[in-house]
Amino acid sequence: MPAFDFSLLLTGRYHDMLVAGLALSLQLLAASLLLALPIALVVALLRLAPLAPLRWLGFAYVETIRNIPLLAHMLFWYFGAPELLPEGLKQRLYAGPVEAISGVIALALYTAAYMAEDLRSGIRAIPAVQMEAGRALGFGFLATMRRVILPQALRVTVPPLISQTLNLWKNTSIATVIGVAELMYQAGRVESESFRSSEAFAFATAAYLTVSLAITGLAAWYHHRYPVRTA
Amino acid sequence: MIELIDTYWLYFLVGQYPNGPLGGLALTVILAALGLVLALPLGIAFGLARVSPWRWLRWPVTALVFVVRGVPLLMVIFWAYFFLPSVTGHKTDQFTTMLIALVVFDAAYLAEIVRAGIRGLPRGQMECARSLGLSYGRAMRLVVLPQALRSMLPSLVNQFVSTIKETSLGYIIGLAEVSFIATQINTQVFTRPAEVYGILGLTYFILCFGLSRLAYALERRLARRGASAAAAREVSA
Repeated sequence: MPAFDFSLLLTGRYHDMLVAGLALSLQLLAASLLLALPIALVVALLRLAPLAPLRWLGFAYVETIRNIPLLAHMLFWYFGAPELLPEGLKQRLYAGPVEAISGVIALALYTAAYMAEDLRSGIRAIPAVQMEAGRALGFGFLATMRRVILPQALRVTVPPLISQTLNLWKNTSIATVIGVAELMYQAGRVESESFRSSEAFAFATAAYLTVSLAITGLAAWYHHRYPVRTA
Repeated sequence: MIELIDTYWLYFLVGQYPNGPLGGLALTVILAALGLVLALPLGIAFGLARVSPWRWLRWPVTALVFVVRGVPLLMVIFWAYFFLPSVTGHKTDQFTTMLIALVVFDAAYLAEIVRAGIRGLPRGQMECARSLGLSYGRAMRLVVLPQALRSMLPSLVNQFVSTIKETSLGYIIGLAEVSFIATQINTQVFTRPAEVYGILGLTYFILCFGLSRLAYALERRLARRGASAAAAREVSA
């Protein structure tokens, strides 16, 4: 095996490919996270709704998504779902970055199922009397949620949500199977073009690890800055 | 849909077996089971190292666990795929590569489950065992671990579900597990990707949902037994 070549990673074409991959991975992370949070909140509220059919809907969503591997979701959203669209929309979609769109949809829906469970347990950690007090004061279910329960619950929920973000970051690598040119994909390309596997994989490992550690650090900082208040 | 299942069900379940290597759903289950069984002893060893009083053991293992948990499984698979051949000298097949990657990856996650299980026990258990004259190793083996492992049982079933889901990544290195087979079927049929991948999802769902319900039932049962044990303690006290 030839010696480890640092210069390969610092300048030149392979460096640019790897950095572009990292940038796309971070974009996937940001886009999926922004999309996942509102979905997660809706699903969590569905699971706690006063109407039984709504609760079943939320339960079905969470269990269906969580019991199927992300890879199968990706394959479905990339190969399967576009075929179900009407012709005009399909043409428009295939003209755009269809891999990245499918990847973000799969990642967001997948992450939302996990985040919904974290939000739900955060909401349930708030004593039931808070809801009863809100309702007794004349607020509706949603108004009580928004004004009384959620502001308290979100504080408890941030640490698990951060750790789901960490999982999301690691899961972005799976988008490589549908050909999204993110970090893992670019590392594979650099490897097959230059046969420099140690360099390419070392870059990818270091990049994944750095972002992971930054997210873990954020969780630790949050825990220190906003300790959980015990009633 | 019916016609699709009728034509391909055997291929989907076992791959080309008996005319070729075993694949499909059978391979997925075997890989996941073997991965978890092999990862368990390694995970317990890592977990023990993580709580051990000796720094020379604790620090390297902690670093390893942090690195493995900080990178995607895909990264571990890539390392295994490209470096096992250069370490062992001959080409490793996809099954072994995937198995080794899974064992390393799962062991790092199991280590944290084991560590949490041990840390979750009252400190008095260890202190008591030591003061009765047991050595650290014997106290761990005879007193602490049996209790810790018991409370880990539901987490272990959940880990098995995760492992089944993780085997799907064997797809990337061309391992003929069920996702790969589904893609093969999709290329042969070509016109009905939504149905093929829908069936793939449904298959995983049935398998994993069943197992996670089992974990839930186990958890309930352990909690009930734990509660009755606590009640008994209170009555005797």
